[in-house]
Amino acid sequence: MLKIKNLKSSIGEKEILKGINLNVKPGEIHAVMGRNGSGKSTLANMIAGKETARITAGSIVYKGEDLNEKTPEERAMDGIFLSFQYPVAIPGVNITYFLKEALNAKRRYFGKNELDAATFLKRIKEKLELVDLDVSFIKRSLNEGFSGGEKKRNEILQMLMLEPDLAILDETDSGLDIDALKTIAQGIQKYKSPQRSFIIITHYPRLLNYVKPDMVHILIEGKIVKSGGPELAIMLEEKGYTWIEKK
Amino acid sequence: MSQSLDILEKRIEQDYQYGFVTDIEQETLSPGLDEDVIRFISEKKNEPEWLLKWRIKSFNGWKKMTEPSWANLQYPLINFQDISYFAAPKKKKELKSLDEVDPQLLETYNKLGIPLEEQKMLAGVAVDAVFDSVSVTTTFKKELASHGIIFCSFSEAVQSHPELIKKYLGSVVPATDNFYAALNSAVFSDGSFVYIPKGVRCPMELSTYFRINAANTGQFERTLIIADEGSQVSYLEGCTAPMRDENQLHAAVVELIAHRDAEIKYSTVQNWYPGDEKGRGGIFNFVTKRGICLEENSKISWTQVETGSAVTWKYPSVILKGDNSKGEFYSVAMTNNFQQADTGTKMIHLGKNTTSTIISKGISAGKSQNTYRGEVKIMKNADNARNYSQCDSILIGKECGAHTFPYIDVRNATAQMEHEATTSNIGEDQIFYCNQRGISEENAVSLIVNGFCKDVFAKLPMEFAVEANKLMEVSLEGSVG
Ligand SMILES: Nc1ncnc2c1ncn2[C@@H]1O[C@H](COP(=O)(O)OP(=O)(O)O)[C@@H](O)[C@H]1O
Ligand SMILES: [Mg+2]
Repeated sequence: MLKIKNLKSSIGEKEILKGINLNVKPGEIHAVMGRNGSGKSTLANMIAGKETARITAGSIVYKGEDLNEKTPEERAMDGIFLSFQYPVAIPGVNITYFLKEALNAKRRYFGKNELDAATFLKRIKEKLELVDLDVSFIKRSLNEGFSGGEKKRNEILQMLMLEPDLAILDETDSGLDIDALKTIAQGIQKYKSPQRSFIIITHYPRLLNYVKPDMVHILIEGKIVKSGGPELAIMLEEKGYTWIEKK
Repeated sequence: MSQSLDILEKRIEQDYQYGFVTDIEQETLSPGLDEDVIRFISEKKNEPEWLLKWRIKSFNGWKKMTEPSWANLQYPLINFQDISYFAAPKKKKELKSLDEVDPQLLETYNKLGIPLEEQKMLAGVAVDAVFDSVSVTTTFKKELASHGIIFCSFSEAVQSHPELIKKYLGSVVPATDNFYAALNSAVFSDGSFVYIPKGVRCPMELSTYFRINAANTGQFERTLIIADEGSQVSYLEGCTAPMRDENQLHAAVVELIAHRDAEIKYSTVQNWYPGDEKGRGGIFNFVTKRGICLEENSKISWTQVETGSAVTWKYPSVILKGDNSKGEFYSVAMTNNFQQADTGTKMIHLGKNTTSTIISKGISAGKSQNTYRGEVKIMKNADNARNYSQCDSILIGKECGAHTFPYIDVRNATAQMEHEATTSNIGEDQIFYCNQRGISEENAVSLIVNGFCKDVFAKLPMEFAVEANKLMEVSLEGSVG
């Protein structure tokens, strides 16, 4: 699904990612853990095609194709989804309208008809239930005045609607209370399938109690210093990052 | 600079979609302005003596005035002697029905997507089509007449209801109020007249489509709307103009009068030719629009969507004279390429418990300059007056400008004033968010801009709201990729 080879990137003169290797197969859940500032969001943004950071070496290959030449829209069409750490507000644009635009853009791209209003509504109602949101929610302006929890649920709602093959969740668990965390975890569990892959970025092992990862990677200062199974997350929870840094 | 902003700045080439010229025989006065020209116009229109005198008085006042220079606008000096002050499509015979209207004219409207006949049937909108200076056709008159409503061209009203014209003309915008209003008062060609009798709610939206189509001909519209006690009316004005190289002057005057418990809603979608991508040509639009809430509990609401003209100078205002009266101003002003807009409103509170609301949304793209200029005046006797103002600007690219000049003059301590203002760029983060969901750059910008304008679009009548959305998209075209 996704192969990242020796990826190096810089913002301005500063090197942020210093040779990342990552191999995500269909159906796998990978957790990327690391402290603030270690480069997790930069990695996520680069997969999605944001140009803040510049690739200086290495490659990102998705479904057998180098992503380098692809625009963010093309990557989205091909099934890459990023649940943003800080979802931006778009005042005056309600969720219904936004999601319709997004869904129909994708359908047009694949030569399908636009979705009719009734089907759309039926589908979104099902997904709303999964993330425990009321129907009235979709009339609100995108991320405007949303609580932290609402923002994250909305990201998961979009994931469920857009049906990506690779979902990157950038700290979707941060700042959530335990109920919201469980809801989000449930959304992920429901969405999981042998064809779909996840990269779950987090700096707490909390979410991983509910969604079991196949692999855990620990990112420190732009490098994956350790990879392992779910037990790595548990070790981290007990001993903290300093334990790894000391080694 | 990132790619997305780069692309945004390339959104500059855009053909004016409605740029075409209709080939209709015109009766045009040669350029120049003196008292004889005014006499000619007045005579052509068979006007009463008092109206001619009023025009001449205005003309004499105008001659002593100079063009205002305080606006944030730069344009070449206008030579008022180079302008022709009268043009009328030659009528071959009296028109009894739409079928008799010049087919070429109807074709023009069709190209604009405003087919009169369809509108007549589908929308139930009474259309007073002003083509250049003379009204060509008026529909739905009978239906309106059955309610006692008068909706006709201004010239017609001068003939059929001179007493109303005499009573109200210049009562809100005095003949020599300002340079352009004075010029209009001297030479105005035609326009619309509306009178809603006591207690009548106008059963349909009244709509007029204006169109400039004569080379080098100034357009001087005059509109007068009177809502008598307890009446209600919603008036729509929309216009587009054909592609031209020379600058065309447009100096309209609109006066609104709301009596006790009456309500006037005046909506405009303005899409005059804005000039080409190098800033050549385009309409100069100097408009004086003012309403008066003459008596208690009356309400006047201006809603405007301004996307056209090379230069816009326009401040629809409300004088809140009656106690408990309300004034509203909702505006979207979009400028692209080399367009300049200096627009806003004035709310003058004279009566007690008067309230005013101002919501202004400015969008600047290309190398354009977009200025909001608003004044709120609370006079000495206006106890418990309230104003809420919100002025937001959004910038697309780095070569345009947004400016906000709010003037506040409070002379009564009980006044409550609230003012909010924001200026922002269309964020790269917003665009990336959309891109990540599969929405293209161009659609993302259009989505964000339409969202930004939503509060104002929500105030437009249904059919206009759709048109406004379309207009924003057309105006933004070429600003992305
Ligand atoms: N737009 C930016 N400009 C400059 N530096 C940035 C920018 N975005 C991130 N960085 C820097 O890159 C490093 C990694 O940031 P980030 O990927 O956000 O880390 P994480 O998500 O792990 O907290 C940090 O040192 C941060 O300051
Ligand atoms: Mg981060």
